[in-house]
Amino acid sequence: MASYLARRLTLAIPVLLGILFVTFSLTRLLPGDPCRSALGEKATDEICDAFNDRYGLNDPIYEQFRIYISDVLHGNLGESLKFGRPVTELMVERLPVTLELSFFAMLFAVTVGIPLGVISAYYHNSSIDVGTMIWANIGVSMPVFWLGLMLSYVFGVVLKDTPFWLPPTGRLTAGQSIEPFYVAWGLNVDGDALTLPGFIANINTLNALLVRDWDGFVDAFKHMVLPAIAVGTIPLSIIARMTRSSLLEVLGLNYIRTARAKGVREMGVVVKHGLRNALLPVVTIIGLSLGSLLSGAVLTETVFGLSGVGRILYDSITGRDYTVVQAFTLIIAVFFVFINLIVDALYAYLDPRIRLE
Amino acid sequence: MTKHQHDFQPSTNSQPLLEIHDLRTYFFTRDGTVKAVDGVSLTVERGQIHGLVGESGCGKSMTAMSILRLVDKPGRIVSGEVLFKGEDLLKKTRHEMTAIRGKQISVIFQEPKSSLNPVLRVGTQLIEVLRIHEGKQRTIKRKDAVEQLRSVGIPDPDRRVENYPHEMSGGMAQRVMIAMGMACAPDLLIADEPTTALDVTIQAQVLDLIRKLRDEHEMGVILITHDMGIVAEMADIVTVMYAGTAVEEAPTVELFETPLHPYTQGLIASIPVMGQVKERLEVIPGNVPNLIDMPPGCRFAPRCKARIEHGLTRCEVEEPHMIEAKPNHFVRCWLYEGES
Ligand SMILES: Nc1ncnc2c1ncn2[C@@H]1O[C@H](COP(=O)(O)OP(=O)(O)OP(=O)(O)O)[C@@H](O)[C@H]1O
Ligand code: SF4
Ligand SMILES: [Mg+2]
Repeated sequence: MASYLARRLTLAIPVLLGILFVTFSLTRLLPGDPCRSALGEKATDEICDAFNDRYGLNDPIYEQFRIYISDVLHGNLGESLKFGRPVTELMVERLPVTLELSFFAMLFAVTVGIPLGVISAYYHNSSIDVGTMIWANIGVSMPVFWLGLMLSYVFGVVLKDTPFWLPPTGRLTAGQSIEPFYVAWGLNVDGDALTLPGFIANINTLNALLVRDWDGFVDAFKHMVLPAIAVGTIPLSIIARMTRSSLLEVLGLNYIRTARAKGVREMGVVVKHGLRNALLPVVTIIGLSLGSLLSGAVLTETVFGLSGVGRILYDSITGRDYTVVQAFTLIIAVFFVFINLIVDALYAYLDPRIRLE
Repeated sequence: MTKHQHDFQPSTNSQPLLEIHDLRTYFFTRDGTVKAVDGVSLTVERGQIHGLVGESGCGKSMTAMSILRLVDKPGRIVSGEVLFKGEDLLKKTRHEMTAIRGKQISVIFQEPKSSLNPVLRVGTQLIEVLRIHEGKQRTIKRKDAVEQLRSVGIPDPDRRVENYPHEMSGGMAQRVMIAMGMACAPDLLIADEPTTALDVTIQAQVLDLIRKLRDEHEMGVILITHDMGIVAEMADIVTVMYAGTAVEEAPTVELFETPLHPYTQGLIASIPVMGQVKERLEVIPGNVPNLIDMPPGCRFAPRCKARIEHGLTRCEVEEPHMIEAKPNHFVRCWLYEGES
């Protein structure tokens, strides 16, 4: 198992280098002038020359690439052309929001989607099955943006003053704040060292758990509910449908007949013997749907007034803020490679035949 | 007391272990009703091996699955009685049935490797049966599984218990299936073509094992096969099936010496004389009728030469009945009916 994972990890390195190269090239090939995007149309040639010099944009492309890689390896993701701030700082600010949202959306999708699929398969062809699948099909085609608006309207406006009200915008109620864990723990961090702790502290729910601030946790969590449902609905529907079809296929196999003949109860047959075998394609789908989940998160952030990577990524792309685009693309790619490793590990855990390959 | 394989005498005073009366299991498909099992009756005594033979698709497996009430949709048992120790299994609740499966009646299947769950260790799968039926959740341990494996002759059971099914050969996997089937010492073992997927030497070992376990536990066995050689070697009594019905039943020696039904005669004629077991019985010309549109008379009529030789006319119009043509020898054929 360990050697299997080590092999997967090694395979990830060329993938990452490739991604680095592709994003670097793509951003350079985009039409548009970074200097004038950043400094405005009135910037003179002299000013732009100095700007380009400062950011190494006058160097030959391959030199820029070499410097870029070496910087990345040293943990230096560069400075935003537009904001003049280190990209890492922007990340510490924005990325936790998107990650937190994606996490809760996925949690929602998996914990609701898999049981729905199981129930549907268990009651195959009954009205429960048909009803669940109709909802799943509606869910798949739900526009995330619209769903977000509807949710915030219903739960934030219509249900105002009822116990079902949920905050439709922001990350915390005004006036509520959670003490960063490194302060609460009396850690002496500042400057560069702040990057990682700052990042973690900015994941509100996690930080609240770390400092055992239950009110803060509940508040932060409540703010996540609506956006997570909005973002998680499509993957939930995909997961539910996949679980159902995969399970139905597995339930027709010989070892399921054996399990029944052994006297295993039907629920046990479905969950213990069926589900684990049926989960392989579901895990694949979960890994794949992370892509749509991230793009959904980016869209939804605007609706729910969350300042995640969505807005900044959009602005950087339109503003030719190369360093920011590269950095975020890189981070997202690393995130995906990491998710793929988790998927591989889950595969190996679920199916002993894979471990041996 | 262990019975020798061929000297079986039906006991008249005690209750038979299993009695099936006129069982019918149909599949209700879009194309019509598939009468997979259509009037099967048979009796299994304790300590007896009851052979169930017939061509592929004649309903052997469905008969077996009907006993356990494990017929998949769109199939349904439409009528009949399955008396197990005198109680009709078809009247049991679902809950009562799960308690019987694996405990009092076990099955082993044709494809051992695909019949074991690929993601669970064989030890886990063995322990599961014991935990379900013996109720000793915590006291049942790995060593019980090791014991079970040892009892079916698996070498190195200590190591094998940790194996996954894909790490085993077919013969080994079938032994595991048998160990699982025998774990709770069932009264009835249904072996559905237990050796078809195995090579000849392993086949003989597995059959020996089944016979040995039958002798040790006095259990009844239904041995399903389409290999007449295996039937001759193993069974005490044989039921021959054709297109969903039982066409002949007799003690094995009697059946092989004086087969009555023209179909059985064809089957026996198809056994190769010198050793070497045949894969399929294909010697009788013609095909099994479509189970949806059954001919109105005898189902074997389209392939039956005896019908023409004897100039029987009602074969194609009226279905013959299962009658006792000789003591303990039952047959469903107009050749033996009504000629008093
Ligand atoms: N799900 C199903 N739908 C429709 N018909 C079915 C279904 N399952 C089985 N049958 C029918 O039931 C009949 C009997 O099947 P069964 O498996 O009992 O045959 P068998 O005698 O065991 O044959 P084999 O030697 O190939 O195992 C077959 O002819 C098949 O057409
Ligand atoms: S009833 Fe007629 S057709 Fe059927 S087996 Fe007997 S002789 Fe042949
Ligand atoms: Mg069969």
